[in-house]
Amino acid sequence: MGRILLVLRLAARDVRRHPAQAALLVATITAATATLTLGLVLHGVVQTPYKSTRAATAGPDVVARVAPPEPGPNGTPVGGSHASVNPAALNALTRARGVVAHSGPYTLADTTLTAHGTRAAVQAEGRDVAPATLDQPELTAGRWVRDGGVVVERAFADAFDVHTGDAVKVGGRSFRVTGIAVTAAMSPYPSAGSMVDGHVVHPGLVWLTRADARRLAVAQENVSYIMNLRLADPARAPAFVTAHEPSENESLNLNAPPGARPAVPPPPPPMLQSWTQLSDNAGNLVRNERRALLTGSWLLGLLALASVAVLVGGRMAGQLRRVGLLKAVGGTPGLVASVLLAEYVVLALVAAAAGLAIGRLTAPPLADPGAGLVGGAGGIPFGVVDVLVVIAVAVAVAVVATLVPAVRAARVSTVLALGDAARPPRRSARLIALSARLPVPLLLGLRVAGRRPRRSLLCAAGATITVAGIVAVLSAHAQLDAQRTTSALADPRTDRLSDVLALIAVMLVAQAAVNAVFITWATVLDARRTSALARALGATPGQVAAGLSAAQVLPALAGAIAGIPAGLGLFAAVSPDDAPTPSAWWLLATVAGTVVVVTALTAIPARASARQPVAAVLRSELA
Amino acid sequence: MDIGRPLVQTHELRMDYGQGTGAVHALDAVELAVAAGETLAIMGPSGCGKSTLLHLLGGLERPSAGEVRLQGERIDQLSERALARLRRDAIGFVFQAFHLMDELTAIENVELPALLAGASPRTARRRATELLDRVGLTDRAAHLPSALSGGQRQRVAVARALSNEPLLVLADEPTGNLDSTATLDVLRLFDDLRATGQTVVIVTHDARIAATADRLISMRDGAFVEETRLTHGSTGRLGALAGLEEG
Repeated sequence: MGRILLVLRLAARDVRRHPAQAALLVATITAATATLTLGLVLHGVVQTPYKSTRAATAGPDVVARVAPPEPGPNGTPVGGSHASVNPAALNALTRARGVVAHSGPYTLADTTLTAHGTRAAVQAEGRDVAPATLDQPELTAGRWVRDGGVVVERAFADAFDVHTGDAVKVGGRSFRVTGIAVTAAMSPYPSAGSMVDGHVVHPGLVWLTRADARRLAVAQENVSYIMNLRLADPARAPAFVTAHEPSENESLNLNAPPGARPAVPPPPPPMLQSWTQLSDNAGNLVRNERRALLTGSWLLGLLALASVAVLVGGRMAGQLRRVGLLKAVGGTPGLVASVLLAEYVVLALVAAAAGLAIGRLTAPPLADPGAGLVGGAGGIPFGVVDVLVVIAVAVAVAVVATLVPAVRAARVSTVLALGDAARPPRRSARLIALSARLPVPLLLGLRVAGRRPRRSLLCAAGATITVAGIVAVLSAHAQLDAQRTTSALADPRTDRLSDVLALIAVMLVAQAAVNAVFITWATVLDARRTSALARALGATPGQVAAGLSAAQVLPALAGAIAGIPAGLGLFAAVSPDDAPTPSAWWLLATVAGTVVVVTALTAIPARASARQPVAAVLRSELA
Repeated sequence: MDIGRPLVQTHELRMDYGQGTGAVHALDAVELAVAAGETLAIMGPSGCGKSTLLHLLGGLERPSAGEVRLQGERIDQLSERALARLRRDAIGFVFQAFHLMDELTAIENVELPALLAGASPRTARRRATELLDRVGLTDRAAHLPSALSGGQRQRVAVARALSNEPLLVLADEPTGNLDSTATLDVLRLFDDLRATGQTVVIVTHDARIAATADRLISMRDGAFVEETRLTHGSTGRLGALAGLEEG
């Protein structure tokens, strides 16, 4: 116990001696853990609103639907000619084992809604004027359906910007919007999608009276029927669906041999969806956000690892004398390593707590389930596993970055440590020979970079991660732009995803900036004597400053170039179905921007270092 | 020895560290003239201001007051950039701690000032090879400083100081970290420089080193207290003169 207290006290004192460094370190790990927290809790954030909506609307356990077959490439339905869609096909389900109640069947007409000069695909569901006991959409504004009136699903109404009282046209007929409502029986707009003319279309949902819906059902191909079922045990809904869903051959009407197929094919079998599937579909609203946040959090975690490694390496060099003192007064190598590890692990735990809190507070607005569901996301508890994952990542970043330097420092001889002997620089003969042919700033820069290859590697890795992240964000934007052209309506998924991508890009750049500052700080300290000596031998302050900057910019440039294919590969891995390439100008601008930002960030400390009095530095190195 | 017109001059040179009651007067109205081709030794106990004087002569520090002139031109008011060029083209430094770049071999250390001055890699390497030959370290050219003895490191540092054929070589305790044998090697090197007409200012607290110069100035508390012109060579071999070997 006494030993643990001693370790913690020594670690706490060291943190107090370098508050700015400790704060930067906490900020760095916090950025990664907050993003990771967001990614982890995002899915759960949407589950609760679906449950609220299901409760408020007496949501069904299973939704069954009979619909005409999807048209094939030549417009003919797959499996034969147009089958007659008969709601009677649903009736057998009402007698199935486990079903205790049902509502419907209701007519569902594929048609269009026109408002404010914009037209969009909708599914118009014919409902009774009287409330249903199963799946009665919850009105959030206005009144329920009546003849000549239409109720619009809320997410779709938001995207279309229609409100109660607005005049709209459904299937070319004029209607007045009487209400806005939400339902748990269908995925909120724009989750549901279907192929129309080779494009994915996300139809909205409106409710009309049964009579109005029948009038819209002008042709067999655009009519389907829907029925809601309640089971004795809602938890068995997925099993019920599995037991009653048609086989692929049934759904394609291919069971009969080709010669024996009837002229008029049998009616298509009903397709079933459980409430759990609907809940998952609602979660798909934030699927891409979650994917982007999780990917971003890992990138930020890697950047944090690079930052912490540089910071720890730099501080360890500065702490060598303290290590010597600890050992001189009887501290064992184990104690020394424990003190160094404890310091960074405690800071990592603080950062994990901060990241969890920030992620928790940021999740609801970012993961707003949209207007399609009722109920806020505020009551989402953190899963213990999620909390442990975030803490484990934070501690792992600290331990991985600290362990080797801590053990190395603990093993150094006491006399050497007391003498604060600088770690000998690495020599790269090839780099030195190459640099001799270059202008003085590049000569100095390459040699400074070559002295600490690990640090240069971390600098390059930081640039690679940042640029890869930004290229992935650009690719995602290119994908979003391509998707936007197919719909005239606002898409809450793409809008929110854009916000998330922007957030990730900003955090990556901020993290990379912190990383660049850490690396420059460590380089400037490490190259203090070398810089002074170069000036004593005739290098101008400008040349030395440019050299120190070049020592960061050259690896950053190499890393940024490597980040382009890495980013494209990352996006292709995350989104394998469709991986558009951003324009070459954007990619070039990303590399150029990285170089400019790194140059700007390193310029100030490099200039300050290059202007230190030469004699004072050389004297202090002698002391 | 043909002593010419002053190469380096100081007038009323003062250097203070700190302010107010805690101020330390490192140099106090120092008047100095070093002729071209002269070897001047400045002696004194630690902290008497001799290293500070050397730094001011080489433009590594700026004086609190007074003037420093090189070839008649004031250098104490030059910009940092101009001072860097001056050090590169006209001044060579030899430090007590050698201050070699640890990651560079002996020859790479020697060629560095020439590369900083814009010489081609080939020219810089040729010049460095000649200088290493001159200091007797041709066979150590590819060695890192960590693989060289103290005396060898200092000879590399001397070769580096001569890389750009400077007007003035400033040596700060060049034998302070060396044993007797290495000291003798370095002394011979400085004697060679003197013989070739190289202007050298050596700061030392070692009387044996000072005895090898043309002129000796003793310092105490930031001021010159005594000046002696020496008749170098009249007493025989350098090592005997310096008391490092029997005459």
